[in-house]
Formats: sequence, C-alpha cells, structure tokens
Amino acid sequence: MTDLRREALKHAMPWLFLAGLLIVWEVSCIVFQVPEIILPKPTKIFAVFFQRFDILMAYCWDTLWTTTVGFLLAIAFGLLLGLAIGASPFVYSGLYPLLIAFNAIPKVAIVPILMIWVGVGSLPAVITAFVISFFPIVVNVATGLATIEPEMRDVLRSLGASRLEILTKVGIPRAMPYLFASLKVAITLAFIGSVISETVGGNNGIGFLMLSASARNDAPTTFAGLFAIAIMGVAMYAVCAMVEKRMTRWAFRGEIVA
Amino acid sequence: MAFVDLKGVSLTYRLGKDTTLALADATFGIEKGEFIAVVGPSGCGKSTIMKLVTGLLPPSGGEVMVDGKKVKGPIKGVGMAFQNPTLMPWRTTMNNILLPMEVVEPHKRRFRSHRAEYVERAMKLLKTVGLTDFADKYPWQLSGGMQQRSNLCRALIHEPELLMLDEPFGALDAFTREELWGVMQALWLEKRFTGVLVTHDLREAVYLADTVYVMSRRPGRIVLAKKIDIPRPRTLATTFEPHFVDIVHELRDRIHQEHAP
Ligand SMILES: Nc1ncnc2c1ncn2[C@@H]1O[C@H](COP(=O)(O)OP(=O)(O)OP(=O)(O)O)[C@@H](O)[C@H]1O
Ligand SMILES: [Mg+2]
Repeated sequence: MTDLRREALKHAMPWLFLAGLLIVWEVSCIVFQVPEIILPKPTKIFAVFFQRFDILMAYCWDTLWTTTVGFLLAIAFGLLLGLAIGASPFVYSGLYPLLIAFNAIPKVAIVPILMIWVGVGSLPAVITAFVISFFPIVVNVATGLATIEPEMRDVLRSLGASRLEILTKVGIPRAMPYLFASLKVAITLAFIGSVISETVGGNNGIGFLMLSASARNDAPTTFAGLFAIAIMGVAMYAVCAMVEKRMTRWAFRGEIVA
Repeated sequence: MAFVDLKGVSLTYRLGKDTTLALADATFGIEKGEFIAVVGPSGCGKSTIMKLVTGLLPPSGGEVMVDGKKVKGPIKGVGMAFQNPTLMPWRTTMNNILLPMEVVEPHKRRFRSHRAEYVERAMKLLKTVGLTDFADKYPWQLSGGMQQRSNLCRALIHEPELLMLDEPFGALDAFTREELWGVMQALWLEKRFTGVLVTHDLREAVYLADTVYVMSRRPGRIVLAKKIDIPRPRTLATTFEPHFVDIVHELRDRIHQEHAP
C-alpha cells in the first residue's frame, strides 16, 4: 500500500510543483501589487485563456499544422539523408562537416531570407520548422547505421546478401530506435522554428498572436498565448515519446516485473 | 581437389599501427561431405579460420578455394553459426530463424507465397532443439543457451552445402549438448553437407568429426590432423569405448604441449 502511494505521489509531483508555482505567482502578484501590464495573475491569464479560447485555438491550429508539416518533411528528408550518410563513408566525409556548419547558423537568421523568397504566411513557418528539426534526425539515423555491430552485418554477408538487403534487414531496423529517439528532440525544435518564424515575420499562428497582443500592451492575452504554446509543446513531445515506446519495444527490452 | 582448400593462409589483424598475427600458414583441405572439427587453445585463430573460409575476411597471405573457385568475397550457400549468437533483437526467434529464407535463393523468391511451409520447417527445427514454445519470443527473452540453439537453427534452416559452426554448443549444459550431438549427427547422415565445427570439447570433436585438426597457440598453425576411424552412427555409449577414449587422450596430450610453454 505504501509502495503504491509512493508511486502515485511520484506521478503527482510534477502537477503539485506546477500548482505550487502558480500559487506563488498569484500570491506575489497580489502582495507586491504587480501591474497587470507587466505580469498578469495566473487566474487572470486563465480567464482570458477561456474567454478567447476560440481565437486561441484558431491560431494554435495554424502553428500546429505548420509545425507538423515541417516536422514530417524533416522526418522524410532526415531519414533519407541519415541513411545515405550512415551507409556510405564518402557521403559521410563529404556532408557531415557541412551539416555541422549549417547547424551552427542560428535559424532565426534565415527567416528574413525566407520572407524575401516566399513572402509572409505559413510557408516560412513550415520551412523554418523543417530546417531547424531535420538536423538531429539526420545525425541520429546516421549514428544508428554507423554503429551496427559488424557481427550483425556478417550474418547477412555470410548468407550472400546484397548491400541493399543488409541495409533493409539490419541497417534500417537498427536505426529505428535512434530515429524515434531523435523525434522527441526534433518535434520540440520544429515547434520552436515555426513560432520563431511567426514571431519574426508572420501573419498568423500563435507567435503572431502573441506579438500583436504585446503590441497592444495586452499582457494577459500574450501570456495566454505562452500557456497555449507550453501545452502544445508538451503534448507534441508526449505523442512522440509514446510513438517511440510503441515502435521500438525491443530496444527497451520490455518490462521485466510480473 | 578438395571442396575447401586452404594453401598457406595467414591473417594479420590491423588497427592503425597495432597488428596481431592471428593465423600463420594454415594448409588443409576438406572433402565434400566431410565433417571436420578444429580444436585449439583460446585465441589461436579458430574463429578467424571460419571467417576466412566463408570469405568474410580476406586472407593476408595464401589462398582460400571453395568448390574450385578462389574466395574473393562472402560466398553463397553457407550456413554459419557465429560464436556469439548474433540474433536480431527486433525479430522474434521464428523470424530470426527465417532470415536466411529471405535472403538465400531459391527460397527468397518463394518465401512470401509459401510462408506457411517455411514456418513449419522452422518449427520442426525448433522442436529438435527443444524450443517450440519460444518461437514468438524475442531473443532477449531467451537464455544464453536458448539463443545459441536458435542460432544453430538459423544456420541450418536453408540446408546449406557448407555448414560452419563456431562453438555452437558452448553455452549449453552437458545433457542438452550431448543430445544435440545426436541431432547434428543424424542431420549430417541424412544430408551429407560439408561441416566445420570449432569446439573446446574434445569428446564433441571426436563424436562428430571425420578429421580433427589441432591448432597451436597464437599465431595458430595446424599441428595435428587426426582421422577418426570410428564408424557411424556413433552413440553416447561409443564415447566410453576404449578406442574413442584413446583418441581423446591423444588429442588432449597434443593440446597440453601447446599450453606448456
Ligand atoms: N577483429 C579483430 N581485431 C583484432 N584482433 C582480432 C580480431 N579478432 C580476433 N583478433 C585476434 O586474433 C586472434 C585469434 O582470434 P580468434 O577469434 O580467431 O580466436 P579463437 O581461436 O576463435 O579463440 P576462442 O577459442 O577464444 O574463440 C586473437 O588473438 C585475437 O586477439
Ligand atoms: Mg572463437
């Protein structure tokens, strides 16, 4: 019984901490009489959140789909490039340094360029999400391939398998846990990418909503947008983590306890 | 000429400046349908020989011929049980065993349409090694010995002409092991494949092989080739007959010389 209780408490801990944080926030706002325009009280933010729920949802939806499209593109492209890099030492030595260099560019710097090329709207957000999130996917898939145990490859070689067969029968399954592990990181990055793009130069999405609300000195709405972003971010991460668990059960070696 | 023919084969492992001479001047032949065993101290190059014969490693010197052709890359039609069971953790035991069917002709072409037939074949093999209940388990749900038995099934399923077994019974208890000797012998009597068995168990070597090769310490050389003239089928009772015991003793003495510096 006490074990169960401890377990339940452990699961409740993040929520308790969150509640504690919000209460401290609320109380300090009241005690120090912080002006609403600088830091609104959480209760006020929630009130606005529900008042403007429809508008928030509409903008969230925009961000959500630009993020998702960018993310899916990143998976497709990242997987292909990762397989190419992991499978061929030549592609590896040619592309890897370039990728590292490219990754070192702060992505917010490319948004203005994208706006010159494709104008404002959803497209820059999609592209930014894609560009910022494909890197961890490429690196992880390439690592998964490059670290295959030679013995595993020998099994197939001794059967007379072609390079393609070795790739599909060992390489890809072996790279899958690496791919799925990278998705958690990539989705968060994709989300950052689309919000950055909306904030720097967009005309919709939650980033744009926050920017325009702050331009009107509407702090509660700005904060409501922040909350919405946080919730979306956590939800997307959770989905990816769940998919990872599902798809690569063998890598986790199951649960042992009866 | 013999089916498998090694002429002055040597192998040096190289990692940067660091070199290890693993095998020196191995010369021997294996006739078609012959079953040989290789014994020798640990690290003398037995696994290396296996990889050379199957073309997984190119020799540093000398020449390996299989079926009259010089071995240049991995050869086809081999069944190989590696020393550590290299089962794929994302496949169930059944699917691991069926792997050769997805790669080796002519099964590859028929595999999708005749899957049931192949599954049945794999089940039969699993039964002989006592793993019927574990077909749908993943390798990491099996014990070390069970993994080794699955590994053996994978090497056998496509009925290869050349079977290479690297300590296939190493992780098994004495009883299971002796049982599998019988299984192995029966299979060989039926199919007459060419077999190479690496083992540390001299009784196992004498029980199964036509010829036992004894290797020296690293760098390995072949120091004794002993023909085993005991008629088949051999049984467990055979292993207690004086002639059998004499051969085992002779081999043991030869290996002892290798250990004493
Ligand atoms: N990949 C490798 N790189 C470098 N050296 C190696 C490699 N594989 C084996 N060796 C060396 O080659 C020698 C022979 O190795 P091998 O695996 O053939 O021995 P073995 O006879 O199979 O031993 P055991 O009975 O313990 O399995 C050993 O000294 C080992 O250190
Ligand atoms: Mg070995």
